[in-house]
Amino acid sequence: MRALEKQRNILDFTLSSLGRRKGKNIALVLVYTFVIFLLASVLFFSHSLKKEAALILQDAPAMTVQKLVAGRQDLIPTHYIDSIRQIKGVQSVAPRLWGYYYDALSGANYTLMVNADLNDRAGEIVIGNGVSWRSAAGKRNQPLRKNEIIPFKTYDGSALSLKVSGLLPFASELVTADLILVSETDFRKIFSIATGQATDLVLQVRNAKELPVIATKITQIHPDTRPILREEILRTYDAVFDWRSGVIIMVLAGVFLAFIILAWDKATGLSAEEKREIGILKATGWETTDILLMKFWEGAAVSLMAFFMGIFLAYLHIFLASSILFAPVLKGWSVLYPHFRLTPYISGYQIATLFFLTVIPYTVATIVPSWRSATIDPDSVMRM
Amino acid sequence: MIHLQNIRKVFNAGRPNEFVAIEGVTLAIDSQGATALKGPSGSGKTTLLSILGCMARPTAGRITLQEREITSLPERFLTEIRRETFGFIFQQFNLIKGITALENVMLPAYPNGENYVSLKKRAMELLDLLNIGGKATSKVEWLSGGEAQRTAIARALINNPAIIIADEPTAHLDTRLSAEFMEIMRQLKQEGKTILIASHDPIVYESDVIDRIVEMRDGRIVSSGDVP
Ligand SMILES: Nc1ncnc2c1ncn2[C@@H]1O[C@H](COP(=O)(O)OP(=O)(O)O)[C@@H](O)[C@H]1O
Ligand SMILES: [Mg+2]
Repeated sequence: MRALEKQRNILDFTLSSLGRRKGKNIALVLVYTFVIFLLASVLFFSHSLKKEAALILQDAPAMTVQKLVAGRQDLIPTHYIDSIRQIKGVQSVAPRLWGYYYDALSGANYTLMVNADLNDRAGEIVIGNGVSWRSAAGKRNQPLRKNEIIPFKTYDGSALSLKVSGLLPFASELVTADLILVSETDFRKIFSIATGQATDLVLQVRNAKELPVIATKITQIHPDTRPILREEILRTYDAVFDWRSGVIIMVLAGVFLAFIILAWDKATGLSAEEKREIGILKATGWETTDILLMKFWEGAAVSLMAFFMGIFLAYLHIFLASSILFAPVLKGWSVLYPHFRLTPYISGYQIATLFFLTVIPYTVATIVPSWRSATIDPDSVMRM
Repeated sequence: MIHLQNIRKVFNAGRPNEFVAIEGVTLAIDSQGATALKGPSGSGKTTLLSILGCMARPTAGRITLQEREITSLPERFLTEIRRETFGFIFQQFNLIKGITALENVMLPAYPNGENYVSLKKRAMELLDLLNIGGKATSKVEWLSGGEAQRTAIARALINNPAIIIADEPTAHLDTRLSAEFMEIMRQLKQEGKTILIASHDPIVYESDVIDRIVEMRDGRIVSSGDVP
């Protein structure tokens, strides 16, 4: 009971002490909050991106088959479908038509994909959110609406105007933002692709365990193809995201280091006033451990405050403010995500990692130097 | 109550600026009564007070407090003795700025783990007793010299010490406030506290509150006797 009361009294004094050096402590909390904010933003961002990608790929076909020419992907003849369908375990094989289209007007790259629903509605397209904002054909700050026209330039040089018949739902913007769904006829017109050829083939199989065997058989029958398993894509995505967040973490490591130096400097350089106070407390009967306890509470209060504020701001930044700060770094592959919103995924593991990286070292950094001054002879107070 | 035996205090021992501040001091302070340490500046009064008050260790010699040898006690115990037995009034008051007078008074009692409410009540009573209850919630930097002095006295009393130690308590006070300070010391003496004051101010050592004067010079006691 006494011990508890003592903690309470010392904590009480610590908090009113913090209020006394307002300017200094506010500046410190702000810098600290900013560091936590950056670190937490990176963690939240890369983690959610990975989750999102994984979710999307869940619905992806178990296997994709591409044709290679001189080591590069080429159009695949649709007659390959018949021979592949014969392989035991294969449930269905379907051709896909998709590609990238550079829109000189908006300076953006779109992903064009054939959708069977549009096949009897040639001349119509369905577009993603990013496209609707980007290609507003001259009109700024206003998204493209239904029934408006997007002009395309076909590969043989002529123009093709397609009418927007709908917008893609918002669910996963990572994939749909730059997406334009077109009919097969229009797709072949735009890219000059002959019938009998497709971008790649997608397979459904009865048993996922047979995938490697089926893949081997396909390469035996068609040595010019490359089957890609969903698992492989998942791994590649993971690697890409890890690499990208790795780059950011490197940058942050620098920021973090600067912060550690600042914290260390602040803590080691106890002001004359603080030293005087420690002397007074010792002279009037505080033990060294009491003073360390006070310093511990001080460090803990500052870093916990910064910790929660930083995490809160990072959450707002990533999940509500579209990660404005990172968009250019992490998603360099497209200029299409001005309103990009991730679904929040936060794990306890991330929070714990952050905690151990920031709150703990800071608290230690405030205690250690006080140790030295806490062992000052109390009689120094007599000569102040 | 306190016995000093052949105390010697050397600063910067073994270095070129070695300085002997106290040499061969043997002194017994009885419980109750008021003792003044008198002597010119630099004669070793403050050094002797801090040794008496368990703030500093002597280089050589023995100290006993209530028959207990304390010279060789570890720091922890010295701190505890300091907290429970001594109340200090410093020359510069040494209040902690930015917090209230009341909080300053309460501070030395925090390590005891006393209930906050009862501690606050006691601190308030002390301030009332010293006639500055009205300033309890003022920040100490707004207090006048006399008010700061009284706050410092209240702080010295919060742990109900047997011995009050004051170093040059009147150095920053005018004649009237100095006289008031001695009156407060008189009351404390009447309550049975032992008073130890170092001062070269005649208002202090010529006051009839003082029972005994110990005169120092160059780190030695040159005379010690009861005031007639
Ligand atoms: N920490 C120290 N290091 C070196 N010399 C000191 C120290 N503290 C006090 N002294 C010296 O000891 C002598 C006695 O000082 P002090 O006890 O403060 O005298 P008084 O209080 O009587 O003026 C002085 O000459 C002072 O310079
Ligand atoms: Mg002195």
